[in-house]
Amino acid sequence: MSDFTSGFWPIYISVLTLVSIIGTWVFLKSQTTRKLAPGEKPELIKHTWDGDLQDLNNPLPRWWLGLFYGTMVFALGYLVLWPGLGNYAGVLGWTSKGEYEAEVKAAEARFQPIYAGFMQQDIATVAADPDAHAIGRNLFLTYCSQCHGSDAAGATGFPNLTDGDWLYGGDPDTIKATLTGGRMGMMPAMGAALGVQGTKEVANYVLSLSGRQHDAALAAAGRTKFEENCAACHMPEGTGMQAIGAPNLTDKVWLYGGSEAAIIETITKGRNGVMPGVDQTLGTTSNKEAKLHLLTAYVYGLSQKQ
Amino acid sequence: MEATTYNYKVVRQFAIMTVVWGIVGMLVGVTLAAQLIWPELTFGIEWLSYGRLRPLHTNAVIFAFGGSAMFAVSYYIVQRTCQARLWGEKLAAFTFWGWTAVIVLAAITLPLGYTTSKEYAELEWPIDILITVVWVAYALVFFGTIIKRKTKHIYVSNWFFGAYILVIAILHIVNSAELPVTLTKSYSAYAGVQDAMIQWWYGHNAVGFFLTTAFLGMMYYFIPKQAGRPIYSYRLSVVHFWSLNFIYMWAGPHHLQYTALPDWAQSLGMVFSLMLLAPSWGGMMNGIMTLSGAWHKLRTDPILKFLVTALSFYGMSTFEGPMMAIKTVNALSHYTEWTIGHVHSGALGWVAMITIGSMYYLIPRLFGRESMFSTKMIEWHFWLSTIGVVLYIAAMWIAGVAQGLMWRASNADGTLTYSFAQVLNTMYPFYGIRLLGGLLFFCGMLMMAWNVWQTVRAGRVVNDAPIPQAVHA
Repeated sequence: MSDFTSGFWPIYISVLTLVSIIGTWVFLKSQTTRKLAPGEKPELIKHTWDGDLQDLNNPLPRWWLGLFYGTMVFALGYLVLWPGLGNYAGVLGWTSKGEYEAEVKAAEARFQPIYAGFMQQDIATVAADPDAHAIGRNLFLTYCSQCHGSDAAGATGFPNLTDGDWLYGGDPDTIKATLTGGRMGMMPAMGAALGVQGTKEVANYVLSLSGRQHDAALAAAGRTKFEENCAACHMPEGTGMQAIGAPNLTDKVWLYGGSEAAIIETITKGRNGVMPGVDQTLGTTSNKEAKLHLLTAYVYGLSQKQ
Repeated sequence: MEATTYNYKVVRQFAIMTVVWGIVGMLVGVTLAAQLIWPELTFGIEWLSYGRLRPLHTNAVIFAFGGSAMFAVSYYIVQRTCQARLWGEKLAAFTFWGWTAVIVLAAITLPLGYTTSKEYAELEWPIDILITVVWVAYALVFFGTIIKRKTKHIYVSNWFFGAYILVIAILHIVNSAELPVTLTKSYSAYAGVQDAMIQWWYGHNAVGFFLTTAFLGMMYYFIPKQAGRPIYSYRLSVVHFWSLNFIYMWAGPHHLQYTALPDWAQSLGMVFSLMLLAPSWGGMMNGIMTLSGAWHKLRTDPILKFLVTALSFYGMSTFEGPMMAIKTVNALSHYTEWTIGHVHSGALGWVAMITIGSMYYLIPRLFGRESMFSTKMIEWHFWLSTIGVVLYIAAMWIAGVAQGLMWRASNADGTLTYSFAQVLNTMYPFYGIRLLGGLLFFCGMLMMAWNVWQTVRAGRVVNDAPIPQAVHA
């Protein structure tokens, strides 16, 4: 797509640029006076301000003029070789997009042989390969560690990838799907529907599901409210549903905290977990498919050792 | 009746607030530097979080400290070099209270999180309108005084002040064009890469005209005054004045190298930034060469030390700037600590030091004293500031180059060698040195406050200086 909305603007830019540089040149030339002879004193201009402020009138220093002309010569030379004057592409035909694409292409070619072998293997095999593990770890540190941590143990709101507990499933295909498309883990806010007391009751019922300390009377009252409001996603027994990433509430893993206060906050306000997909993480980097494959294997391998 | 004295009241007000806002702005800066080392420093209080304090710091040092300094010296210089009392006294008083109101509003709204998210133009639309009104009043007072001048010619400082006042008005109005949604929220009139280009046309010229042109005007008065020597070259003043102002206008796109900005605009930003080197050095040369025949004064006069060291930092930053605008250099330096170092060699080394030196000249004269309370303290302030700036920028150079190199380092398999956390870990010692440098500079400002307080306290009952009746040629 052209950078310009009409044929007028590239001409406008080119003319303005050239007139500016040449005009500066002419201005500088017009202000250049002869060098002072050895021993000659510079003129002292007669104006005086505020009692004693005066101007000498030394000629422009020669090295300074040289510097100024030099940068203008560089500018003109650069604008002949590189894009700058409107639509004119420059003798070298350089573009920033072209430079980027050439670098990606070179990287594709250079690193392809390293990745080619792994692409033939299934995820489980790649995961067991120490070389692939080293590459995968570097990729993980670059693209994943900001949220999941360098050790992949996660943080509040960011799942632990080493514990064998999966929101969406831990088989190779599901992990690859998660990395490829990203995930949106959305739980609606239930505070308005349940009310303050109802929220407290449901929270105590949720605590009871994993055998945590809870108020039995509140939990009993919360049971029906859970079945009416929460079971559609978390299932009647609270075991969750991996198809939509609804967490299992009967285990000891808590993405946003398992205290009564944290659970009440989750129920009241809802939660919005976002994991970006491969287009946002790997972007247009080289060997994207291979990197995705190696990352999948690395993440898969994280929980296979236990 | 014709006025017989200069209006020093508004100059005094702005001069004192320069010191106050300098301390406030730099205290916030030191806090931010400490937060980068200890992120939990402010106990997770959202109003004191890094993202809220950062624009408070930049606004406070640029517009509160730098702005007050410019109001003070431009009002002082324009009167004395025109031999005329300020035009529009009430308007001048309004600029003081109006500008102070802008600063107070900034200090409230920025920590609360109200922001347009445009760098150096974060203030929301009602404050933008107040800035515009104050600025128009400023222009009226300044140019009104120029028009009623008794001297025939306009002194060089006033050329620079005039350019700065005009251009800042244009920049502010164009970049702040926005659509209000509520009292505290607006959207920019521009979108996408056009918004980015307008923003950096503004942003770079805020540096070019607020922090450069204006302070060159300051330099052109206080250096010849303090050195007691005529300016080196009238011709050089003319040539570098016009070329500096003309070429600065083109340099903004160098903030957007290797972005969605079209290649042609990036190239123009780069070549014009390189062409900016000579005009910038013209100002430095003209100031430093003014000392010809007065070099010995540098040994004993700490005020002159401040002024000349400021020019040296100016020369250094204006060499560094064009280099960083070169695409291949920018590919390494952009987004790293190097940029922070560059900004501070200009902001602390040039802007703050020329201001501090000028204030030490100005303040005793405004309060009817011969000199500052303690010259020895100025000497101490000078060394604290100089060592502080050098520590700051050296730490940021090393950190920035290391950061840039670590980001691009890659392994034999094509993956990146260092993760974000590893690079951050490398930064820690340099963040420590930067904090130390900032603290030294800040301590110098505290000494200045004490020195100013003692000077003002002991000052005679203040009489505004009389306007000489004899008019020079």
